[in-house]
Amino acid sequence: MSNHEQHEAAHRPVQRKEMSRRQFLSYTLGGTTAFMMGGAVLPMVRFAVDPLLVKKGEGTYVKVVEESKITNEPQEFKFTIHQIDGWYVSDPELSAWISKDANNTIFALSPVCKHLGCTIGWNVKGLNEYDCPCHDARYTKDGKNITVAPTPLDEYEVKLENGFVYLGPVKPNTRTK
Amino acid sequence: MFKSVYNWIDERLDITPLWRDVADHEVPEHVNPAHHFSAFVYCFGGLTFFITVIQILSGMFLTMYYVPDIINAYASVDYLQHKVAFGQIVRGMHHFGASLVIVMMFLHTLRVFFTGSYKAPREMNWVVGMLIFFIMLGLGFTGYLLPWDNKAYYATKVGVEIAASVPVLGPYIADFLYGGDIVGAQTLTRFFAIHVFFLPGALIAMLAAHFIMIRKQGISGPL
Repeated sequence: MSNHEQHEAAHRPVQRKEMSRRQFLSYTLGGTTAFMMGGAVLPMVRFAVDPLLVKKGEGTYVKVVEESKITNEPQEFKFTIHQIDGWYVSDPELSAWISKDANNTIFALSPVCKHLGCTIGWNVKGLNEYDCPCHDARYTKDGKNITVAPTPLDEYEVKLENGFVYLGPVKPNTRTK
Repeated sequence: MFKSVYNWIDERLDITPLWRDVADHEVPEHVNPAHHFSAFVYCFGGLTFFITVIQILSGMFLTMYYVPDIINAYASVDYLQHKVAFGQIVRGMHHFGASLVIVMMFLHTLRVFFTGSYKAPREMNWVVGMLIFFIMLGLGFTGYLLPWDNKAYYATKVGVEIAASVPVLGPYIADFLYGGDIVGAQTLTRFFAIHVFFLPGALIAMLAAHFIMIRKQGISGPL
């Protein structure tokens, strides 16, 4: 259609900068159509991307175990968190590998392998390392990746209160450099 | 920018004639409200289609949150309407649009009837239009159950019992719609499948036939 118009304009003797009736009508119709479709579609798009725009909840701390039970040898402890997933509310059980380092600092590692997300275990192969059953990824006691996995194991935020260990949100490992 | 993209595609695929077939055709004077205001009655078919497009779009977006399951259906509808931004508007479009589409379709049918447009050679298009009418009623009936609230439950129960009163075949129709003996889990998934896959598929096919026929035969002449 545009080629056609250009040809017409070229043959017209007097060039006026005014808008033609046809142009005016197509702009008005196009604008009205865009407005109506926009009015219908924009709410739907906002509706669809809502999960991107929802504020992430503040992490809460969960009481997990007595401080006195933590040893130098990593042990697995289970705890439940309250999870609201859209319309589905549940209390799923998570686990953490908690141990003390040489300075008696308590730290907790996430059991999720950083390779492809399987669940690791301590000393399964007798190497005093964390092992992953899926692709043989291995980590040191501090969670440092030795092989296969690209990054160290994640850490839970740890809070000590009245002799109990509280675990908070997961953060990237801070113990390895 | 837009023009050069269009030209680039047009050079390769020659899309301008296709576009002309779809959009570039004369609107006779007797159906143009700019000439005779009363010709607005010829707009109802287009309005029905416009609302149908909105129904399809809003329905697609609603399924991002909805689950057809007796435990979660009501909770997910409640969530998408009250917790998700614009949920009330998107669900509102689908809810009120469903009524509006029936109203517009009915007005369109009246126009076709009173202008005698169903007469030869357009009888087939009238029949296809009637099929579209029943598909729309089916969409309304199956969609009504999906929020899984009390109104949905009893409307479906009543609807299926009416269907069950058909001589001889009645009990079989009821079993087919229930997917069991009660309005329950199997009814809900069944109605969901019919509502979002089977009937829309049939509807789109019928709409295509409706539009191809009207383009082929043209709009009927003035009274």
